[in-house]
Amino acid sequence: MTATFKTALFDSHIAAGAKIGPFAGYDMPLYYKEGVLKEHEWVRSSAGLFDVSHMGQIYLEGAGVVPFLEKITPSNFAKAGTGVAKYTVMTNESGGIVDDLIITRVNDEKFLSVINAGCKEKDIAWIIDHLPADVKLVRLDDRALIALQGPKAEQVLREVLKIDASGLGYMRMMFIDGLIISRLGYTGEDGFEISVPEDRASDLWVKLLASQLVKPVGLAARDSLRLEMGYPLYGHDINDETTPLEADLGWVMGKGNEGFIGAGNVLGKTLKRKRVGVKLTDKGIAREGAEIRNDKNKVIGALTSGGHSPTLKSSIGMGYVDAAYANPGTKIFVTVRGNNIGAEIAALPFIPARTKSSKKAAA
Amino acid sequence: MPDNLKYTQEHEWLKIEDGNVAVLGITPYAQDALGDLVFVELPEVGRKLTKGEHFAVVESVKTAAEVYTPVAGEVIAVNDNLSGDPELIKKSFEEGWIAKIKLENPSDLEGLMDRAAYDKFTSSLD
Repeated sequence: MTATFKTALFDSHIAAGAKIGPFAGYDMPLYYKEGVLKEHEWVRSSAGLFDVSHMGQIYLEGAGVVPFLEKITPSNFAKAGTGVAKYTVMTNESGGIVDDLIITRVNDEKFLSVINAGCKEKDIAWIIDHLPADVKLVRLDDRALIALQGPKAEQVLREVLKIDASGLGYMRMMFIDGLIISRLGYTGEDGFEISVPEDRASDLWVKLLASQLVKPVGLAARDSLRLEMGYPLYGHDINDETTPLEADLGWVMGKGNEGFIGAGNVLGKTLKRKRVGVKLTDKGIAREGAEIRNDKNKVIGALTSGGHSPTLKSSIGMGYVDAAYANPGTKIFVTVRGNNIGAEIAALPFIPARTKSSKKAAA
Repeated sequence: MPDNLKYTQEHEWLKIEDGNVAVLGITPYAQDALGDLVFVELPEVGRKLTKGEHFAVVESVKTAAEVYTPVAGEVIAVNDNLSGDPELIKKSFEEGWIAKIKLENPSDLEGLMDRAAYDKFTSSLD
C-alpha cells in the first residue's frame, strides 16, 4: 500500500482525541478517549457516531439494472420497492464471495450500493468487467458516510437535524435535504447510515456530536459490536473462497434466482464446512486464526474472528467448522497458545438484534 | 510512577520486597498501549521461571500481550483478583501486581532501569 487516504472527517477525529490506525488504506479512528469498552456500551445504550466514509458508494443505473443485479448477486431485485435496502453478496465463478454489500432501490432503473472499503477498487473493477451496455456505474466519491447507531438514534435525528424518521422502517432509505438516510447498520442496534456530500460532512458530524446522547465510536468497537451480532467481516469471515451457503448467508439468496455468477458451484452442493458462532465456556480469549478441535483433539476448523464480548463479558468468535460439528451446543475446543480451551458452537446472533423491525416484533 | 521500582524495556515494573522477592506488574506505558483490559492469564504458583521467560498474558480488547520476567525464580504468589477484574492492573501499583517471584539470582536485578532511565527510554519511543 502506498499512500494512506484520509476521510473528510479526519481532522475532527484528531480533535476528538482519536487513536488513529490504518484500515483498508485509510487512516481511521480506532477508538477515542473513553476507550473501546465504553464506546461499545454507549452504542448499546444511547447513540454512537461512526465515520464510515472509507466505504464505497456507487450508483448502478440503466434499463438493464435489475437483471444485472440478479446476475452479480444471488438475490432478487425485480420486486424490491423504491427505498428498500437489501443486504447481499456478489459471487465469483467458483461461488465464492467477491464482497458483501447493501443495495437499495432508488427508482425503477437506479440502485445505490455501499461496498466495503477494502474491496472498493476490486468490486468496481469486477462490476465494470460484467457491466452490460444498458447499465452504468457512477462513483459517489464526493460523498462521506456517517453511521448513527443506538437506541437513541431516532431521537437524535429529530432533536438535532429536525428529521422525523419515525416512519422509516428497518432497511428503508429516504432522501432529505441532500442526505441519503438509510435505517440500517452494522451494530444490531436501531440506527442510520447517512450519506452526505463531503463538503458538508464535518458540519454534520460536529452538529450530531454536540448532542448529549451522542459520542464518537471507532472501528475497534464497531468490530466488537458486529461480532456480537454475528455479522461477517469481509476478508475475515467471508472471502473469495467461501460460498454464501458455507457462510450461512443462504437467506440472502432469492427464490428462483439460478442465473447468478457461480450458481453452479453453490446451488445443490453438499456443505463440507459452515460458518458458526463459537462461545468459550472456559476462561480465555480466542482470536482469529485459533484452531477449533473436537473432543478427540482433531482439528475441525478455525476461528475467522474472535474477541471479548463487552455485553456477555465472555469470549466469542466466529469460524468455519466441518459441517458435522455445526449444530449449536456442540462441545468443542479452541486452541490458544497451545492450550485447548472449552467452548461450544453458538447460535448467531450472540445477543438479539434491536433493529427497528425486531423491536416492533417484540412489542 | 514510584521512584523505588525497577523497570524493563518490555514495560514491566518490579518492586523488591525482603531483598529476594520481586513483585511484578506492567507499567502505565504498557497499559496505555493495550487499552481496555479484559483478561489476565496467570501462571501457577510454584512454577519455576527462567530469566526472559513469558509467564503471563494480559489480554486487551485489541490484543494479547505476553508478560516476561527479567529475573529467574519461583512464582510464590499470583494476584487472583485480576481474574475477576483485569482493569485492576491499572488502578495502582499496590493492587495491580501480577505475580511475586522469589529471586534465584539477585544479580538479575542489576541490568534493570531505574525510574529516570525508564522515563528517558519511554520518551525515546514516542
